[in-house]
Amino acid sequence: MKEKTVVSDIDRSLYDFRYEEDESEYFDSGLSKEIISAISDEKNDTEWMREFRLKALDIYSKTKMVEWGPSIEGLDVDNIVTYIRQRSRMNTDWSEVPDDIKDTFERLGIPQAERESLAGVGAQYDSELVYHNVRKEVAESGVVYTDLESAMHDEKYADMIREHFMKLVPPTDHKFAALHGAVWSGGSFVYVPKGVKLEIPLQSYFRLNAKGAGQFEHTLIILEEDSYLHFIEGCSAPKYYEAGLHAGCVELFVGKNATLRYSTIENWSKNMYNLNTKRAVVDEGGKIEWVSGSFGSHVSYLYPMSILNGKGASAEFTGITFAGEGQNLDTGAKIVHNAPDTSSYINTKSISKSGGISTFRSAVTVNSNAEGSKSAVNCESLMLDRISRSDTVPVMDIKTDKADIGHEAKIGRISDEAVFYLMSRGLDEESAKAMIVRGFADNVSKELPLEYAVEMNNLIGLEMKGSIG
Amino acid sequence: MANLLEIKDLSVSAEEKEILKGVSLTLSENETHVLMGPNGAGKSTLGSTIMGSPEYTVTKGKILFDGEDITELSADKRAKKGIFLSFQNPIEIPGITLSQFLRNAHEQVTGKHTKLWDFKKQLKAAMEVLDMDTSYAERDLNAGFSGGEKKKAEILQLLILKPKLAILDETDSGLDVDAVRTVSKGIDEYKRTTGGLLLVITHNTKILDALKVDKTHILADGAIAAEGGAELVGQVISEGFEKYTKKD
Repeated sequence: MKEKTVVSDIDRSLYDFRYEEDESEYFDSGLSKEIISAISDEKNDTEWMREFRLKALDIYSKTKMVEWGPSIEGLDVDNIVTYIRQRSRMNTDWSEVPDDIKDTFERLGIPQAERESLAGVGAQYDSELVYHNVRKEVAESGVVYTDLESAMHDEKYADMIREHFMKLVPPTDHKFAALHGAVWSGGSFVYVPKGVKLEIPLQSYFRLNAKGAGQFEHTLIILEEDSYLHFIEGCSAPKYYEAGLHAGCVELFVGKNATLRYSTIENWSKNMYNLNTKRAVVDEGGKIEWVSGSFGSHVSYLYPMSILNGKGASAEFTGITFAGEGQNLDTGAKIVHNAPDTSSYINTKSISKSGGISTFRSAVTVNSNAEGSKSAVNCESLMLDRISRSDTVPVMDIKTDKADIGHEAKIGRISDEAVFYLMSRGLDEESAKAMIVRGFADNVSKELPLEYAVEMNNLIGLEMKGSIG
Repeated sequence: MANLLEIKDLSVSAEEKEILKGVSLTLSENETHVLMGPNGAGKSTLGSTIMGSPEYTVTKGKILFDGEDITELSADKRAKKGIFLSFQNPIEIPGITLSQFLRNAHEQVTGKHTKLWDFKKQLKAAMEVLDMDTSYAERDLNAGFSGGEKKKAEILQLLILKPKLAILDETDSGLDVDAVRTVSKGIDEYKRTTGGLLLVITHNTKILDALKVDKTHILADGAIAAEGGAELVGQVISEGFEKYTKKD
């Protein structure tokens, strides 16, 4: 009499369309000085950037492969096409974006989103930004939102970028940071001047279309004193037989008493290796708020890091990870308390089903100079069946007695009793399970931008769809 | 009066252990039945099995509802046919509000979409009967509710879903006198407005005071040991279950 739900694979039809990339130019796959120099030529890199790339390549070849997390054996970096030149240059007028690319983003709701609720939008297709636009009034307030390459050639920002680029995440950090340093392309540069509070968010959308390719966008955001910004990034890719690689890098500089909210919804196809590095440094009284949803990719390593460098600085991390069949998602957050009276709060939920593995890792360091600091870590996992896995690996390194530290972890399976309870009120098994999962995710989905919260809700519904027999 | 629920020679086991051993019961529309028995007799098992809990396996016999064999139906389909179980230990579902949940359940059970405004009105009226503060509607389902609040929330669901058969599994246990009175008021309201069939599983008489009991069944060691009218309740209370249980 027992009825079991067979949960089918997620319906990815929204993302799984793709266009032939025959007209774009591929660089040879694999890495060599020649290829790196060719990227520099193509991008008209400044001298320091040329050197930076080559040095990073050198570090890359000397650095050992990551071995402590989920297996990345299926990733053959030598066969990842590092740079695909788009046949069109970046546009600020949507009508000039090539039709197939335009169609891709229109299907994904961009630039519709821009018209409705955003202050500015950037869209990256494979390696290059194809579209970037900021509302006039936003630009007039002194806010800069452009692609990193253009900003680097603009004398107003050239020094600023050189001063900050890969200073938070140096190429020596790990092998994929080195790779990023060598082949990075595209991404965004945002500068918010002192006292400017942007009430509507800026959004970047990354789309990897070419097969067997890598995406290595670099996001650099600088917030001056007393400013506010909400930045949203979304990622997706269609599914190809060959594995893809995303090794982006995000560097965030949050000034005194400034607040940055950084929201991400990542829904890469399920054969992507998502090896992304994100880091923020926060000055006195400043605040970084991370909201992170991880749904896609085959393997993810993602642990946004917040370095609280100024007195009273704070960090909040809210994350949700959903690992389905064939997915091994290793996500979490790192916090470094490096000044007195700093505070951090980590709140994550992870869901695994159909044999998916989700691992939560957190590392909270409270340095001896961080007296009076507070940190609370709260992670909950929900496994939807007996073949899925969930682990939590919280690490705390507290170097002062004068800190208030709390940690709570809960791991559980979806309870048969709860499913029966809801079914006894008329909900079928699928809806009952979906309701429990939505409830579980509720305090995270509340933090997401509305359209993403709706998308997440639909995603959960789709994930739970299955045949009963 | 037409038979609504017929249980025929029902044997049930959980994890290989036989709990019910050939139980037969016939319950008619509009009646009120009481099921009593010592701890471990299988009362809750019977209630849960009628509702379709996957925890229990029917090894023999069948359950007919409205003349239809429902033995193999899942719980949601039974709910749609008009069966309701008030849980002894209602489950906490964080992240879903009582009102969201109940509206969803109401839609499922009735198969009709009710306008939010109309639904809220119904909900408010039912909450008034149960002396529940309306703020409970916006709280997560049973999460952090006290024992009494959980039981009131069960009766609230009963009032909104209006089933043809309501099984109340120890709804009165752990409640103080005032809470029992409130819950009884709710049950009375259900009876009065729907004329539904009640099957009350209980240990004591407090909850029965306000009800006109038609039939009493004593379940002991997984089988019906005695049946009678309302007078049997009083008899059990004064004499206990000893004479119904096996002497070792």
